[in-house]
Amino acid sequence: MRRVKPIAWYTVLIGLSLVFIAPLVWMLLTAFKTPGEATRVPPTVFPQEPTTSAFSTLMGNDQTPVLRWFLNSVLAATGQALLVLAVASMAAYALARLEFRFKRLIFGMIIATLFIPSFVLIIPNFLIVDRFGMLDTLWALIIPGAAGAFGVFFLRQFFLSLPRELEEAAVLEGANSWQIFTRVVLPLSKPALATLAVISFLTNWNDFIWPIYVLFSPDQFTLPPGLAILQGAYTINYPVIMAGALIASIPVLLLFVVAQRYVIEGVSRSGLKG
Amino acid sequence: MAADLAVKEQVSTEARAGGRIRRTGALTPYLFVLPYFVVFATFVLAPAVYGLWISLHDWDYLLPGKPFVGLDNYRALFDSSSAVFDFFWESMSATGIFTVLSVPLLLTVPLAIALMLNRSFKGRTFFRAVYFAPYVLGVAVIGVLWRFLLDPNLGVVNAILPGAAPWTTALPWAWITLVGVTVWWTLGFNAVIYLAGLQDIPKELYEAARIDGGGKWAEFRHVTLPGLRPVLLFVTVNTILVSANMFGQSYLITQGAPGTETRTAIMYIAQVGLADYKMGSAAAMSYLLTVGLLLISAVVFRLFREKDA
Repeated sequence: MRRVKPIAWYTVLIGLSLVFIAPLVWMLLTAFKTPGEATRVPPTVFPQEPTTSAFSTLMGNDQTPVLRWFLNSVLAATGQALLVLAVASMAAYALARLEFRFKRLIFGMIIATLFIPSFVLIIPNFLIVDRFGMLDTLWALIIPGAAGAFGVFFLRQFFLSLPRELEEAAVLEGANSWQIFTRVVLPLSKPALATLAVISFLTNWNDFIWPIYVLFSPDQFTLPPGLAILQGAYTINYPVIMAGALIASIPVLLLFVVAQRYVIEGVSRSGLKG
Repeated sequence: MAADLAVKEQVSTEARAGGRIRRTGALTPYLFVLPYFVVFATFVLAPAVYGLWISLHDWDYLLPGKPFVGLDNYRALFDSSSAVFDFFWESMSATGIFTVLSVPLLLTVPLAIALMLNRSFKGRTFFRAVYFAPYVLGVAVIGVLWRFLLDPNLGVVNAILPGAAPWTTALPWAWITLVGVTVWWTLGFNAVIYLAGLQDIPKELYEAARIDGGGKWAEFRHVTLPGLRPVLLFVTVNTILVSANMFGQSYLITQGAPGTETRTAIMYIAQVGLADYKMGSAAAMSYLLTVGLLLISAVVFRLFREKDA
């Protein structure tokens, strides 16, 4: 658009970038310092005697099985992303393309629940999850979260934007709804499905309030409640806590670098639904 | 007569057959919706109603008896002699203070950043990604990270800044910390939404404004803001709801400190319901907060509509 003085402009952009990146770099550097060096005044930027002792402390403690937490986080986030893809895409296809009696009612109910703040559901859901015997299991982190309305909205919107001609051609060739859905609609929707999968994965990976209350045994924890445990157990041994935070950050930062387009797309869409 | 019957028989058989075909065909959409609907009904519809039921009982998770108490749990929230009154309203005002302080910043700062990123320059996508990056991390990561950076005695922020401040342990510093960290963490989310909205505003409108020669401010007021209106409405309502949901930042960074001043409503509700297991009382609190939020959202919607007229 308009021309700006490049040097001033990039100074502003880079200065602002430091605000966002410097704290994350500090986390990385601290994870490789000794506890003493991490809190030294004046602070050292780069570790003077780089050490991985924070990581060995972390992994050597039975009370903080961080690799197990990592595995649990991967399983829960992947499991939920797959479940969301399956149930949301089917429901969204019916709501976008098929005619049935309670369509408006069902869609209306899904919309209405968008106005229910999530915290209202936490206490009754604790009891419901308890009744299904899912307390203190990864199922509690995988299944209830798949009830979110975002996936259905997002995919319904996408399916509505697809040209109908291909589906009509498939009907003429005698395909039924399921065949049209799996062989025509889904293959055309790969970018939207990828976006939804990435957003679901990130949301589940980062969830904090729900896992700290439905998980009790250290072996069942995911990384976010695990970090709260680390903070309580290691108080001012900051390299250990930063090592844990680093382990929780790297997968999602890598995912963001690889799938940035999908993350940004998903977030943009959440605003445009209004 | 017999012929008549035969015809009727035939018609009704056809109707039945036709009906059956239509019915089996008509079953398909329900099969598509069913898996999602089961999850949705179990973990959204059912708990929304179940929670109300719980709030009408003296529901202690650890006790066998859960006597019906009518509206007592709600009444206790308005009775200054009840055990929960002081803590509950202190937590509500903590959430209120946080929301009032953070929402204006989360509406304006991301808009400024989105306007910056809406220009065309080299590296635009890169800088957008950098500003968005903290949002990709969960509250647990940013919570323990800032607890460390802002540690009043050992943190790097106080080591660098000339005057040391008790960022996490005293007021008003704790609020500055919670609001500042939240803005730092979530600004990218609103900025990306604004940016998508800005890119939807037709370029011709800007050209027309330029021909009218109103200057940049007039362009912003008469083209950008009206063009962003639907997006602004969403961002405003969403930011208020998210701020009112604040939990992790207080839980990890200030831990409610100094006393319980920065313990938010959600923190208190979670503690009463899921740590002390007084679920009836906690459920009543959560519904009261919900009603408050619905009213606030309705007011925001109304304000945006009035501007419309």
